Amino acid sequence: MNHDQYPDAYIRAILSGVKTVAIVGASANPARPSFFVTKYLAERGYRVFPVNPGQAGKLVAGLPAYATLADVPEPIDMVDVFRASEHVPQVVEEALALTPLPKVIWTQLGVRNDAAAATAEAAGVQVVMNRCPKIEYARLSGEIGWTGVNSRTISARRPQRLGQGVQRLSIDRPGPTRT
Amino acid sequence: MTDRIPGFSTLAIHAGAQPDPTTGARATPIYQTTSFVFDDVDHAAALFGLQTFGNIYTRIGNPTNAVLEERVAALEGGTAALAVASGHAAQHLVFHTLLTPGDEFVASRKLYGGSINQFNHAFKSYGWEVAWADPDDISSFERAITPKTKAIFVESIANPGGIVTDLKAISAVAKKAGVPLIVDNTLATPYLWRPIEHGADIVIHSATKFLGGHGNSIGGVIVDAGTFDWTASGRYPFLTQPRPEYQGIVLHETFGNFAFAIACRVLGLRDLGPALSPFNAFLILTGIETLGLRVQRHSENALAVARFLAHHPAVAGVSYAGLPGDRYHALAETYLPKGAGAVFTFRLKGGYEAGVNLVSNVELFSHLANIGDTRSLIIHPASTTHRQLSDEQKTLAGAGPEVVRLSVGIEDVADIIADLDQALAKV
Repeated sequence: MNHDQYPDAYIRAILSGVKTVAIVGASANPARPSFFVTKYLAERGYRVFPVNPGQAGKLVAGLPAYATLADVPEPIDMVDVFRASEHVPQVVEEALALTPLPKVIWTQLGVRNDAAAATAEAAGVQVVMNRCPKIEYARLSGEIGWTGVNSRTISARRPQRLGQGVQRLSIDRPGPTRT
Repeated sequence: MTDRIPGFSTLAIHAGAQPDPTTGARATPIYQTTSFVFDDVDHAAALFGLQTFGNIYTRIGNPTNAVLEERVAALEGGTAALAVASGHAAQHLVFHTLLTPGDEFVASRKLYGGSINQFNHAFKSYGWEVAWADPDDISSFERAITPKTKAIFVESIANPGGIVTDLKAISAVAKKAGVPLIVDNTLATPYLWRPIEHGADIVIHSATKFLGGHGNSIGGVIVDAGTFDWTASGRYPFLTQPRPEYQGIVLHETFGNFAFAIACRVLGLRDLGPALSPFNAFLILTGIETLGLRVQRHSENALAVARFLAHHPAVAGVSYAGLPGDRYHALAETYLPKGAGAVFTFRLKGGYEAGVNLVSNVELFSHLANIGDTRSLIIHPASTTHRQLSDEQKTLAGAGPEVVRLSVGIEDVADIIADLDQALAKV
């Protein structure tokens, strides 16, 4: 995978496919991106597990936090990393020790470690780096346009509302129903 | 869609717009509302805390305006945009985001007169100091930079027209100084010129002009190129320091390469207030759908009018970069292969009196102080916009007593030329 630029289809398939997400480095501070990415993904229907040794046993964004990836009680589809680039190899090592293996390792904006990515990919794990899953979800759902951001997508299909609220859109955008 | 990158005209029609998720409306609805209900208390808190995307209050954002924002961002090749009440408001918010009292910026001295006034007078009361440089002498930009300089500001095609700015050269100066390059792309429009491809970090528009294009709405847009590294120098604290009004959020860390556009919205527009009416946004959006068609015709008509004037016995000279032999023709060939725009000046042999007579005798041209309308427009700066200046100042500003400015419309070019011909016969 070329980690300078990802096809939308690659990102969309990942965000449509994963159900459980572990957030490594999830902060309990509501001003930190790791806090509101945790909250945002949970609100979009993912089962989210904050991972932070300092918060283990407490709640982060209302969700039980765990000390390590190994402590998370369910299979993890995606590991989202809020750690500096030099710590990514250690997180990848911990992720690759999980059974079953996660499908995706994702590192946040500004976080990139090509050697660690190669290790993960060699084990059959998909990698996304230097991106934010909240921004990517909002970009592909159309929500991000509410903030004037260039989604780099165009579509003549109607966006789908998500859940009960009026201000949430789903990443799923089916074509017209056949009659 | 697949990852195929759509062409300009496709983006001009589709970017930012999608069928309304609730009603299925295909044209962008005019969300003429001040406010938006929250899903619940938690949702409200998340919106106010910048933790989720959504609508709160039209001073901060509105779904109609948001379509305009995303569309202009897409056309310019930027990461995000912010629509505001006017081009002047766009400049105000850009500098409010970049500067603190005592800071300086370098600006080309060849600018729209209203911008010269804003920089010289209104900005002075904020303690923001402008240093003027000459776009025909790139070294003058380097000489104007001091340790207090925070930005460089130029127009791509400079008002009152005919001047083409060497963006790549000025971008090199900005990069060397570690400051963002702000380009007002109003006269060129992204159809003719995409300044981000030549080093602009921020692009602004008076959407009142060619973007809206029909002379019916005032508006402005700020585009974030996503190219500038705000963290490198530590000199842009709005983006790199925790914001006390948002529980300590660091905008750059949270929003990455569109943090500048977010800062202009949540720190500038929210607190200073120059919001765009959703109705104006709708009219400007509708205009943009035909931007490529219109600007191509504007430029073709302008070239034909410039050629006609260049050979007219009453005309002393024409300043249009589309004409071979013009001092900016080489730059136009580099930066403006599709055309040199529709706004330019020419000089009358008969001086001030001839200028007054010309604007008094045209019948198709409208005598008014705007540009970028479907209609052909004319103004004699020396007797109107630049009247208060001395003759020497007028000449320095490119508005000498014999100068007339045209904004050539998209009427039939034969009618445009015929009107000038009959009026020139009376000067």
